[in-house]
Amino acid sequence: MHQAQTNTDIIKKPLPIIYRWLGDKIFLTVVFILGLSIIFLAFSMAWVLYSEGRLAINEFGVIGFLKGSVWDPGVRMVFGALPFIFGTFITSVVALAIAFLPAIAIAVVIAEYAPKWIGNIIENFVHLIAAIPSVVVGIWGIFVFAPWMRETVYMPIFTFTANNYPSLLPVLGNPMGYGMTTATIILALMIIPFTTALTRDAISQVPKEQREAAWALGATKWEVIRMAVLPYARGGILAGAMLSFGRAIGETMAVAMLIGNKNTFPFSILGPAATMPSVIINEFREAVGNLHLSSLMAIGLALFVISLIVNLIAAYITRKLSITGGQVV
Amino acid sequence: MKINFIKTFSLILVTGMILLTAGCGEGREKDDSDDTKKERKSRVDLLGAGASFPAPLITAMADEYRDVTRNRVVVNYQSIGSGGGIRQFVEQTIMFGMTEAFLSDEIMADIESQTGGRAFNMPITLADVVATYNVPGVDKGIVFDADVLVDIYMERITNWNDPKIEKLNPDKDLPSLPITVVHRSDGSGTTNIWTSYFSRVSDEWKAKIGYGTSVNWPTGVGGNGNEGVAGAVMNTPGAIGYNSLTYALLNDMSFGYVKNSSGNIIEPSYAATTEAANIDLPEDTRVLFTNTPAEKGYPIAGFAWMLVYENLEQNNAINNRTEAKELVEFLIWSITDGQELSEELGFARLPEAAVERNYEMIKQVKWRGEEIGKELLKKKNIS
Repeated sequence: MHQAQTNTDIIKKPLPIIYRWLGDKIFLTVVFILGLSIIFLAFSMAWVLYSEGRLAINEFGVIGFLKGSVWDPGVRMVFGALPFIFGTFITSVVALAIAFLPAIAIAVVIAEYAPKWIGNIIENFVHLIAAIPSVVVGIWGIFVFAPWMRETVYMPIFTFTANNYPSLLPVLGNPMGYGMTTATIILALMIIPFTTALTRDAISQVPKEQREAAWALGATKWEVIRMAVLPYARGGILAGAMLSFGRAIGETMAVAMLIGNKNTFPFSILGPAATMPSVIINEFREAVGNLHLSSLMAIGLALFVISLIVNLIAAYITRKLSITGGQVV
Repeated sequence: MKINFIKTFSLILVTGMILLTAGCGEGREKDDSDDTKKERKSRVDLLGAGASFPAPLITAMADEYRDVTRNRVVVNYQSIGSGGGIRQFVEQTIMFGMTEAFLSDEIMADIESQTGGRAFNMPITLADVVATYNVPGVDKGIVFDADVLVDIYMERITNWNDPKIEKLNPDKDLPSLPITVVHRSDGSGTTNIWTSYFSRVSDEWKAKIGYGTSVNWPTGVGGNGNEGVAGAVMNTPGAIGYNSLTYALLNDMSFGYVKNSSGNIIEPSYAATTEAANIDLPEDTRVLFTNTPAEKGYPIAGFAWMLVYENLEQNNAINNRTEAKELVEFLIWSITDGQELSEELGFARLPEAAVERNYEMIKQVKWRGEEIGKELLKKKNIS
């Protein structure tokens, strides 16, 4: 009743003339400018990265820089990005592989199995993981997770290998706890929420008829989820996985704190490695030499381009796979 | 409803924008009373930026100096790293820079050709680096010498009971435990001093790895920051790393003694660090004195420098004579009275030799040809 009253009041009251002429136009302009500024921002970022990194690109060539495996700011002043690109690629892919199934399982439990209140609790905790600042995750990793992994997992594996297959030791690497495996597991933990959130949304949007049809055919609950729900939601699930992958590529602080930061090949499974974001955050502040700084900027540009490619691929896959065609389900 | 929403929204947007633009232009003076306005007029802001290691000291000095000058001079120091400090100094957006690596000959020459005067590197404080370790059953005080440290960091000594270490520590019961090497992964002045020490004592290190804020480490795990190295060392039995002395003391870490070039075993301390720099310094103080010839000096230490132009009027960040004068006055204060703050904040005091060199440089600082450095020193009865 009250609502209706206000509405008629407004309609009756003549609006100020300036508002009638300009109201919509101002709003449109503001929104439009804000929207366009994002595009402008992305391009100017890429431009700054390019112009700052040009010195390194000219010195080593695009291919030479991407292929180079020596990073020596001390004597030779030679910079190559390959160890970092490789490190980023391995940690992100493996982290996604580790996180993918648990993330979907969590989403299925929340959406299908758990009573609503338990589902809410689980969901909130998943969001909580996403909200923890990565430097806090990193500190926890340094002081709790890495030492624990060393004592309970790495050392037994290392001793076993040393006793039985000593030739594999170089592949396994130093089991001290700060290295590629630790960083990858932490990374997997950090990206779970993104896959879970998008998967859960996608599942909740599966039409009721879809499930009912499966029920009607005599499917069990597991079969309903496997044959009706998950295939229908696959666009959203993949979008979530790709978002997680993007996060994993760009994750900086926690990785820099745990990966052990070794800038040269060969990397080993348990031993230290480095990623593109980790070397940037490590060396940027105190990079005194121009070529050193420029090389870090060039790595930033490479990271930018790689992220862009991942996003484009993600968009393409999502569109191809989603049932509704063209839209993220 | 819809119209109502759009109307309110655009109104908020427009008023917001007006307020913002107005705020940017006038906010500063408008909300001050007349009294503070007068004070503001004579207030001088000194803008500096650079190395993060001396930041706690500079900030404390700034607070103290503000009291000393009764709020007249406010020193604003931004800790953005040595690289940033040098760059901003060259681009003349700050009045003074701070760095843990002195200006290269190339930059010095550039500045000389551009401003017609030199850039001075004036030592303000000292940094010291200690070898921290985690050897179960052994407290602080394992003795190292240059060869042993280099060998450990080149992976030639890989176990704590290596004869080379045992020979230096006959009274210590060193376990058979593999050594895990930890280094800083972030670029830092600590790494600069540590690697410059290695370059001084080992030709092989100098040729292969060299020194700098980051280097291409032959072995080891990189920890991010003092805390990253400390965390890795404290959590890994058999680890060795390096931290600033203050950090090691505050976190109760075990650290080693080092045999210096005169053959004396030196326990790291602020006094031993000061002693290390109390040597015959070159006129421009651009020197690394790791592996110091000083008999009682701790060999792994270095200066942090303040960067100032000889001809202050050439620095675009300095607008008038008053600012120039206040800058020089603060500089003099920070190497004299300001040094009193050092020990309680975990910094070593400047030695006499460095203070003397600083006076010589300050004497040459000019504003439009006027020797304001000399005048101010005379005023303080320092000749």
